Amino acid sequence: MSTAIALVTVVAVSAGAIFFLAGTIGLIRFPDAPCRLHALTKADNLGLGLIVLGLLPQVGTLAEALKLVCIWLLVMFSGAIVTQLIAATSRHK
Amino acid sequence: MVDFLNAAAGMLLITTMVGLCRMLRAPTDTDRMMTAQLAGSGGVGILALLAVAGEAPPVLDVALLLALLAAFASVAFVSGASTSTSPSDRP
Amino acid sequence: MTSALAFDLALAALVLAIATLTIAAREAMSAVISFIAYGLLLSLAWVRLRAPDVALTEAAIGAGVTGLLLLGAAATIGHRQAGAAPPLALMLAAGLACALVASGLAATTLVLLPEPAPTLAPPAMASLATTGLGNPVTAVLFVYRALDTLLEKVVLVLALLGVWSLAPDRVWGGVARLGPDAPPRAMLVFLAQLLPPVGMLIAIYMFWTGADHPGGAFQGGAILAAMWLIVLTARLADMPATSHPGLRLLVLAGPMLFAAIGFAGWALADAFLAYPEGYAKPLIILAEAGLTLSIAATLACLVAGPATRTPPP
Repeated sequence: MSTAIALVTVVAVSAGAIFFLAGTIGLIRFPDAPCRLHALTKADNLGLGLIVLGLLPQVGTLAEALKLVCIWLLVMFSGAIVTQLIAATSRHK
Repeated sequence: MVDFLNAAAGMLLITTMVGLCRMLRAPTDTDRMMTAQLAGSGGVGILALLAVAGEAPPVLDVALLLALLAAFASVAFVSGASTSTSPSDRP
Repeated sequence: MTSALAFDLALAALVLAIATLTIAAREAMSAVISFIAYGLLLSLAWVRLRAPDVALTEAAIGAGVTGLLLLGAAATIGHRQAGAAPPLALMLAAGLACALVASGLAATTLVLLPEPAPTLAPPAMASLATTGLGNPVTAVLFVYRALDTLLEKVVLVLALLGVWSLAPDRVWGGVARLGPDAPPRAMLVFLAQLLPPVGMLIAIYMFWTGADHPGGAFQGGAILAAMWLIVLTARLADMPATSHPGLRLLVLAGPMLFAAIGFAGWALADAFLAYPEGYAKPLIILAEAGLTLSIAATLACLVAGPATRTPPP
């Protein structure tokens, strides 16, 4: 059982880190600002979500697990809104 | 497991580093604002990994704080850039 | 090389790189954004140094309050380039002086200090049980060095007075405006409607957990200030006039409450800022509650700046 949990953590965290890497590469290599914003927000948030998913079996208490989920939700929410704001600003410049 | 999580945090750190150093020399302010956003979400990921790796729940609080305030720099940037750069009626 | 050491080395290299980029930036805006990223990485460094209280404060102040302040300043300056650089000889002399100071400090701390370094941590931890607190940082702030904390809060109020005194005479006591006058975007208003309730909850949690875990009044107050500032930025509410008595009372309430508890210590426990037996923790939490609100008001007023409009009639 514990090896299965460890396997889930390793797979999810590795996938999250790879998505994060992909998002950052997209941020560097995409041609213009809206494409870069896609890479920054979607790929990085997905990577963060997978990392949180992988960390959830490892924490000790329910409070910590809830905190992890809250962290992910906050980053997703503020990331989504900030993307819209930055895109609107870059379009008007 | 601890070593694996630390290694994942290190990989996230290097990813953030590459993104930051490349984007900070970018031409427009919008690109630079995206680097602050990258530093925010990268930092949250690194802190979450370090918290579980080191069995230190206070570090999760730091990650929570960072997740909450990650948007603020972008908000300030956007509201400052939404008009021309003339200041308000300060003498 | 263990994974933790490799991580620390990479983090140190990254912090140095971002600091160099901040200094070498050509425009104010890019320097400010680099500085914000530098603050975020510095909070990571504090976490690695096992100082979560400092990391919390660095994240709250660096990401929230200082970011808004510096970005507003950079936007006001506009895209002006830096002025003519000072002469090369002067820059070299300044660099040499900084290098001498830094190497002197490094020599004293790394080489000349006895091993183990002298520290008061063991006696502080040994007396922790008598204070009733679980967090040694809060014990240092509110029990062992309570006078320093009280004076720091007074210094914060003095700083606010300094900022307010920058208002011209004709608008003295007026309203401070944050950001330009254009109506804000709908997305920003949406963010400012949804984020502050969550932020207030987290701020109260930070203040409450400071007694036994890393956290405390300053971190909670900084989060509350950031939430108030985003409400102001989205024009959902206006900052009260600087002559508003409620605002001034809010700024002063924390230090006054703390000082009152200190004077009560004279009557109840024989010394200024001493706590009677068994009542230390409730009194400290009471003082921290007042300080959280005052710090929030003071930081928000500091970022909003001096008055720019005449007060409403």
